[in-house]
Amino acid sequence: MDALDRNIINTLQHDFPVCDRPFAVLAETLHSTEDELIARVQSMLDSGLLTRFGPMYNAVNMGGALSLCAMKVPEERFDEVAAQVNAFAEVAHNYQRDHEMNMWFVLATETQQELENTLVAIAHRTGVPVYNMPKQKEFFVGLHFKA
Amino acid sequence: MSACTSKPEDKVTEMSQTVKHNSIEKNKQQLAGLDRRIVLATQSGLPVAAEPYRIIAEQLSIDTQLLMDRLEAMKADHRIRRIGVVPNHYKLGYTANGMSVWDVDDAFIDEAGAQLGRLDMVTHCYQRPRFPPEWTYNLFAMVHGHDRDEVQQKVSQIAELLGSRARKHDILFSTRILKKTGLRLKDKG
Repeated sequence: MDALDRNIINTLQHDFPVCDRPFAVLAETLHSTEDELIARVQSMLDSGLLTRFGPMYNAVNMGGALSLCAMKVPEERFDEVAAQVNAFAEVAHNYQRDHEMNMWFVLATETQQELENTLVAIAHRTGVPVYNMPKQKEFFVGLHFKA
Repeated sequence: MSACTSKPEDKVTEMSQTVKHNSIEKNKQQLAGLDRRIVLATQSGLPVAAEPYRIIAEQLSIDTQLLMDRLEAMKADHRIRRIGVVPNHYKLGYTANGMSVWDVDDAFIDEAGAQLGRLDMVTHCYQRPRFPPEWTYNLFAMVHGHDRDEVQQKVSQIAELLGSRARKHDILFSTRILKKTGLRLKDKG
């Protein structure tokens, strides 16, 4: 990763223009060329340095429902419960965290009703209570990752 | 018949309003259908090419300008957060991520949330419901660092910043990614 790669990452985390030739527009501000920028972005996607390039959709504003959920899973049942929870297609991410509340997952559904049904189904399937912690307010976050 | 002939002008006006209303509704539905097709075509990413929007527009058999207008409209009403790249933060060296959680007096939550969001170490900041007595934290801030020490230092800085407004706090470090598929609309055809 060189200075241009860092510059691309830092710039494109904020905005990619909507116009006929977006890379040509960016080439001016990044002091590069359209072809070079396309090659760099492709190569960073190929190497896994970038995981996504495109629009980031907000599920809630799309009319869908999203929530962070937590569970206190007994250690000896952790892997079993993880497999049961992950089997639900509505579970988008799931993380183990070092706390009594040790499983944290994000549920994403197209409707609020589906979300509530899924919560009930997960608690029923695993036998472990689910704490539903949807965001009540989102605070503005400025910078992303500095490359 | 008398109803039709008694107030012909009103009837005509009423009818034209109904037609107009129906066409607005129809237009809205068409746009919602189009937006859904655009989401399905772009949720896994844009082509890395000189004219990415033209390529997507051709796939959808629509005009490139219409696609760009709809993307701008979805940005304006925040259905799209932004268009850009997502780096793999592990590969950038940010290998430690701690979910810092804070018990903040509800009266100060807006002020505290705004302050935390401004820190460049924080990537997400939300107010969430408490479940007392087992869970009393109502403010969540995701803090990234090159290692756990760095995350802990950053969390100490936040604690200093919040002072007595935070009654207590904790950091939950992730120890394992169990699943990460991201958000996907189902293609209902």
